[in-house]
Amino acid sequence: MKPAPFAYLRARSLAEAFDALDRHGEEARLLAGGQSLIPALNLRLATPAVLVDINGLAGLAGIALQGGVVRIGALTRHAALEASEIVARHLPLLAEAVPQIAHPAIRSRGTLGGSIALADPAAELPACALALDATIVAMGRAGERRIAARDFFRGLYQTDLQPGELVAAVEFPVQPPERRGCVLELARRQGDYAIVGLAAAATVQGDGALRDPRLVFFGVGPTPVRAAAAEAALAGAGGVAAAQAALERDLDPPADLHGPPQFRRHLARVLLGRAAARLLG
Amino acid sequence: MDRFVAIRLTVNGEPVEARVDARLHLVDFLREQLDLTGSHVGCEHGVCGACTIRVNGEIVRGCLMLAAQCDGAEVWTIEGLTETGEIAALQEAFVARNALQCGFCTPGMLVAAAELLRREPRPSRERIRDWLGGNYCRCTGYHAIVDAVEQAAAALHGAPAE
Repeated sequence: MKPAPFAYLRARSLAEAFDALDRHGEEARLLAGGQSLIPALNLRLATPAVLVDINGLAGLAGIALQGGVVRIGALTRHAALEASEIVARHLPLLAEAVPQIAHPAIRSRGTLGGSIALADPAAELPACALALDATIVAMGRAGERRIAARDFFRGLYQTDLQPGELVAAVEFPVQPPERRGCVLELARRQGDYAIVGLAAAATVQGDGALRDPRLVFFGVGPTPVRAAAAEAALAGAGGVAAAQAALERDLDPPADLHGPPQFRRHLARVLLGRAAARLLG
Repeated sequence: MDRFVAIRLTVNGEPVEARVDARLHLVDFLREQLDLTGSHVGCEHGVCGACTIRVNGEIVRGCLMLAAQCDGAEVWTIEGLTETGEIAALQEAFVARNALQCGFCTPGMLVAAAELLRREPRPSRERIRDWLGGNYCRCTGYHAIVDAVEQAAAALHGAPAE
């Protein structure tokens, strides 16, 4: 339960971090909040030769409203998201997700960029990025590159980040007031990774219809999963029941210690029902 | 870049200088090099909360921070928080409500609960349960722990509103 030996570099600039990534390639890992990386080191699931600590790069942290976009620096801690008035006002879906991430002593360290770059399939923030049509700002020595969230999460812990790149920020479009959202999850203990989670958003119309619904499930596949069939059904005449039935086509969850695939499908239907009630309520 | 890192920090108000193995956890540094054994090592992967410590005014998992990261940090452990009297009301309530049995989780529970009461003087029982959800009590004495935090909040800030 102690990490294997590694060398430690406290990066004083982005250039220094990029140098280290160039020099050490796959032997190097970036250390941001460390709330997933350090457990992996402790369990020796990861044995990098070099840790490049980027916590001193203050320019990578911060939350700014810029026109129609909330730009959140990668080093912004979950606790800062939780306390942010900008997030509460313009990204209520994200504000609802953050208190469900782990526990206070972990949210004080864990970062938005770390969660996005790790791409844990059961984590809240990648699902929120998809549900809110966020753009991931990757940075390398050559400059910035913008990647739509829908193109970023490629597979189990796989992203579109290239060697030598890091996540610099995530840009979330400001959500108009008529756009409602919620994040619901089922876990055995408050703060544990969700067995099944759902980030849901929709525009509620005067007649009670849900326009342009967005349903992103997490914990049910190798990446956050957008439930396209259920979204179409929810926007159509069939309503919630049709959407719940359509999940059969959208989700192919794995069996694990929690239970068989049917168990997760059931929980996904339950969450969809609750989310629809919240959005309409 | 080195396997060993020089750090200067304050621990419980005292300046400390050390040269640490880069892989050394903050909690192991406190326990093994400074003999501050009040912070406990349980799961060592961030699940149990026994190693909860205050760093730069926020609670953290002592097993999920490296000592090497604490250059310039202000660290408070259960020993320091006891000495200043900051958590005396919580400690009295834990004794009064039998909120510790084996005591292993107690330092982490106290540091975490103190943070809650700093932010929210009058948390509900549900809120206390949520907040302490990241701290395991292996004796499963959770009711008494929630009772104690509630009692400490009342002692510090007056009777419950509800």
